Amino acid sequence: MKATLLTIVLAPLIAAAIAGLFGKRIGRAGAHWITILAVGLSFGLSAWVLWQSMTTTAVVFDDTIYTWMVSDGLSMEIGFLVDRLTALMMTVVTFVSWMVHIYTVGYMREDPGYQRFFSYIALFTFAMLMLVMANNFLQLFFGWEAVGLVSYLLIGFWYKKPTAIHANLKAFIVNRVGDFGFLLAIASIVYFTGSLNYGEVFAKSGALTAGRLEIFTGQLWPAITVTCILLFVGAMGKSAQIPLHVWLPDSMEGPTPISALIHAATMVTAGIFMVARMSPLYELSEVALSTVLLIGATTAFLMGLVGVVQNDIKRIIAYSTLSQLGYMFVALGASAYGAGIFHLMTHAFFKALLFLAAGSVIIGMHHEQDIRKMGGLRKYMPITYLTMLVGTLALIGFPGFAGFYSKDAIIEAVHLSTIPGHGIAYFAVLSGVFVTALYSFRLLFVVFHGKERFDDHTREHLKESPWVVTLPLILLAIPSVIIGALTVGPLLFGGWFGSSLQVLQNHDVLAELGHEFHGPMAMVTHGLQQWPVWLAAAGALTAWFLYVKRSDLPAVIAEKLSPLYRVLDRKYYFDEFNQQVFSQGAQQTGRLFWRIGDETIIDGSMVNGTAKAVGWFSGVIRGIQTGFLYHYAFAMVIGLAALLGWLILAG
Amino acid sequence: MDQLPLLSILTWLPIVGGVLVLFAARGGDELPKQIALGVSVLTFVLSTFLWRPELYTTATMQFEEFAPWIEAFKVNYHLGIDGISLPLILLTTFMTVLVIIAGWEVIQDKTAQYMAAFLMMEGIMIGVFSALDAMLFYVFWEAMLIPMFIIIGVWGGPNRVYATLKFFLYTFLGSVFMLVSLIYLYFQAGSYEILDFHTLGIGMQAQKWIFIAFLLAFAVKIPMFPVHTWLPDAHVEAPTGGSVILAAIMLKMGGYGFLRFSLPITPDASQSLDWLLILLSLIAIVYIGFVALVQQDMKKLIAYSSIAHMGFVTLGLFIPFTILRATGSLSGVALGMEGGMVQMISHGLISGALFLCVGVMYDRVHSRDIADYGGVVNTMPKFASFMVLFALANAGLPGTSGFVGEFMVILSSFKANFWFAFLAGTTLILGAGYMLWLIKRTIFGEIANENVANLNDLNGREFIVLGALAVSVLALGLWPAPLVEVMHATIDNLIEHMMQSKI
Amino acid sequence: MIGLSHYLILSAILFSLAVAGIFLNRKNVIILLMCIELMLLAVNFNFVAYSRFLNDIDGQVFVFFILTVAAAEAAIGLAILVVLFRNRRSIDVDELDMMKG
Repeated sequence: MKATLLTIVLAPLIAAAIAGLFGKRIGRAGAHWITILAVGLSFGLSAWVLWQSMTTTAVVFDDTIYTWMVSDGLSMEIGFLVDRLTALMMTVVTFVSWMVHIYTVGYMREDPGYQRFFSYIALFTFAMLMLVMANNFLQLFFGWEAVGLVSYLLIGFWYKKPTAIHANLKAFIVNRVGDFGFLLAIASIVYFTGSLNYGEVFAKSGALTAGRLEIFTGQLWPAITVTCILLFVGAMGKSAQIPLHVWLPDSMEGPTPISALIHAATMVTAGIFMVARMSPLYELSEVALSTVLLIGATTAFLMGLVGVVQNDIKRIIAYSTLSQLGYMFVALGASAYGAGIFHLMTHAFFKALLFLAAGSVIIGMHHEQDIRKMGGLRKYMPITYLTMLVGTLALIGFPGFAGFYSKDAIIEAVHLSTIPGHGIAYFAVLSGVFVTALYSFRLLFVVFHGKERFDDHTREHLKESPWVVTLPLILLAIPSVIIGALTVGPLLFGGWFGSSLQVLQNHDVLAELGHEFHGPMAMVTHGLQQWPVWLAAAGALTAWFLYVKRSDLPAVIAEKLSPLYRVLDRKYYFDEFNQQVFSQGAQQTGRLFWRIGDETIIDGSMVNGTAKAVGWFSGVIRGIQTGFLYHYAFAMVIGLAALLGWLILAG
Repeated sequence: MDQLPLLSILTWLPIVGGVLVLFAARGGDELPKQIALGVSVLTFVLSTFLWRPELYTTATMQFEEFAPWIEAFKVNYHLGIDGISLPLILLTTFMTVLVIIAGWEVIQDKTAQYMAAFLMMEGIMIGVFSALDAMLFYVFWEAMLIPMFIIIGVWGGPNRVYATLKFFLYTFLGSVFMLVSLIYLYFQAGSYEILDFHTLGIGMQAQKWIFIAFLLAFAVKIPMFPVHTWLPDAHVEAPTGGSVILAAIMLKMGGYGFLRFSLPITPDASQSLDWLLILLSLIAIVYIGFVALVQQDMKKLIAYSSIAHMGFVTLGLFIPFTILRATGSLSGVALGMEGGMVQMISHGLISGALFLCVGVMYDRVHSRDIADYGGVVNTMPKFASFMVLFALANAGLPGTSGFVGEFMVILSSFKANFWFAFLAGTTLILGAGYMLWLIKRTIFGEIANENVANLNDLNGREFIVLGALAVSVLALGLWPAPLVEVMHATIDNLIEHMMQSKI
Repeated sequence: MIGLSHYLILSAILFSLAVAGIFLNRKNVIILLMCIELMLLAVNFNFVAYSRFLNDIDGQVFVFFILTVAAAEAAIGLAILVVLFRNRRSIDVDELDMMKG
């Protein structure tokens, strides 16, 4: 097993190294073949590991690979923990990654950085696998930052584009803010439990519940709450929750395969995975769960609204991702970890599909991303249209599609939850359903239906993308439809995750839901009698009315509601605020410290001040140096007389 | 090998080699360069024989050498190393080889003298790290200033006179007070043996004075806020090699001094004044982080980032007492101190590498201004990869050595106080901010101007130098265990000394 | 009877004269040199007087030393003077302020 796991992890790494370091020698074909084969191997083995994990309820593998170091009795190791949760994540990650590898062959066909790109995405697969397979916090943090690094490199892949290199800097720094909280959480865990290993930490979680941290004098805060919230700060960074979400829409500057792989399907869900993995800790702090719930709900609703007014095809999907990540956190906050992970999985498939389909559109439109310049593409790109339709239906939760099961489970779970804040969260996720349907179908209608708003030149070249692009679309469309119905039973209600996810009895909303669960078909019929489905239908219908039937209306509405429109268009002014307060503020602080602190006070008054004082003093002294011999002689004689006199009088 | 006086050889071989290089200077530039390279490589190879992990499982000095020197004052020629000097010596010999190679074609003027200065510098620095006699230590400590003074003063930039003077006066001021302390300790202990000083009982008042005197010497060297302003100036004016040695090794002398002198000799004063050191360290991390953010000059930026990173060293070294007060146990103490040591080694590699990177650009464009660059990756892809790697390592990316020390120190300082860890942790954001912003402005983007358009990528020589550093940075980041293991016994022994009152 | 004190007084007078000469003289460097010689002479006088009085030959040995050194010093002093005059065309003390800070 150890060898298998090592192969899964190392195959993409080695492929990445070869493609990156010897890219020129192995050529373009060599680079894509080696990485596709390596990631395919990883996928195959991951699927096998998943299969293995299904046969047993025990943890498949939990062992150290090597000891990073030991200091002060604290053993820091690199090791793997593979249980069903991990195995599922591994399979999803490697599958989506594999699809994206294949798709890239078509998408990046003409890009000069072809080998580099393959090297990066293979490296990403390695980092993501390290993250999900970790059995300790050190390795988790390593994977955490490593995926951030690859994301940084990939957003800035087109390094000549000023917007791209601005976006990647922003992404890295915002993520670092999250990592900062994460690192403090790790420090707190080490402080209270003396270990980095998951198993040992969970076993000693009593120490965290009992522990108190005096953060402000006189106020003792429960260590578990502080730790869990700090961990969540890390998750907020990586999974782009308000207010650390600002980097994700900008990250769309990167090539589209990356948006699908990293910024939709895998990396951004690392936060979800982490919180789920830490469920034994989160369960112990209701405050932390409530924080997760509220932040998730806020993000789910507010970011969905922004999606409605965007015009860049990728940004709309990016805001949709933000909103869906919010849903996942809502599930986690409601202690429905299984539902969170379930939505993570279904989302990985249909969101990757949506992004790749958008990428296919972008290829067809010659890298035009503004939906106002598209329209009526349906007849030019039928496969793309159909797969995108499937993705959209899955996203809005059309009964029977993958998204339906996961989203419905989340909404039901919140409904039943007793965590403080569940009322607001329920309202937010419910209205979110309408918003989701609205922006999703807006996108679909504006791009594929209606008038053709592009020029003749574009029309001449407009055709369906090559098979390397459409094949992954089709392969992803299949699970987007069926994976929900297939897995909803075991994943959510069958206790499939076993000991990976731990829920306290009184939090266990999924178990409660499970009593009413009678198979996927029953869930569909049950769903038809519930709010969400009809809200989604209303959203879709609104979109049809506004963007197909009366396409003159949106402009009128925007005019009438111009304050609201402006706020949404400016994305609630988060960017402006960050720019003014943090970016400018940090620079001004730096300049102040430098000019005033270093140059004026330290160098000016202390260092050069000392020199000046010496200079001034010697200026005074030099007056005595007249240069006349007899003055010196006189001084000598006076001095001699004084010394002798002192000797005689005192002695 | 056991019979050979290995430490003496390591100390004197480069110095004698340096003299040889000077004599060879008449025969053109090639011969001296080859001698210099040969000597430095030989020294490095010999120094690897010191790496015998099994020897450092105890805290006793290894490879000891003893000979009377000035008998009237009981000054001895006494050398020996333990787990904290060993990594620093290896770092010294390694970096010197790289510096010699890096200066191969770049230094056209007085090449032999340049090489000789670095060789002598190397010998003296090894002397500092291996001296067990306080007077011998002091002689090496001061002697070190001379080659560095010459390196900056002769091969430096346009404002070199100001920078050298500032450098010299700052460091000299500090070390004079150290001399006074050493002489006082001599009168108390009756010898100049550093190990005797460790067991010497000293009253609280005297300890405080000694501690402050040492602090002045070491704080200037590290450098700590607010005696840091010589460093950016010195770096800016120094030639690339000078900057590398300055950042990679000379700054470490301060940290080494704290470990060898301040902490074991004056534990009680350290304990009562540790708040000052912690405060200054945290100021260094946060304040300097902000200052680094707005630098216009690449070398200044890296110099300021060095100060911030050395803040972690002092934080790690002086955190133990606060941990003891806060938690009542010694758990986490060794973590912080070893973290400080690891940070020293890692910073040596990374800052050296970054200065070499700036040197590579400076050699081609003759400017250190960030504004004069942009889009370097277009013309120098190999170089850009290295630069991004080292910048990320400097920002503490896991998997590179830059992460290890910071991680250990933050874990340790959390035990002392939440806010210590919080402030120290801001380096994650600030470090990423200033390093990646630098990368954004210099490496990425469209080709900014004619100069950048005409850049040639790394030649073989530069590639070897940066490649060797990249390998070490990654190796240390992926498997720091060997480095940490040689320190365990020494650090444990040191903590024992620190926890015993000397009053 | 001429006692020790007489000698000492005489030597003190000689010394004072020499000091006064140094201070008061503003014209000529040669006079300065002569005044220094006079001071040495006064010291020698003391040495000889004490030597006789204490019956210790050491004092007189010192005098010989001083005489030798004084001769050498005078020679060097005059040499410097010649160089000085050559360079500056003057040995006026009031004009010699090159040591001014």
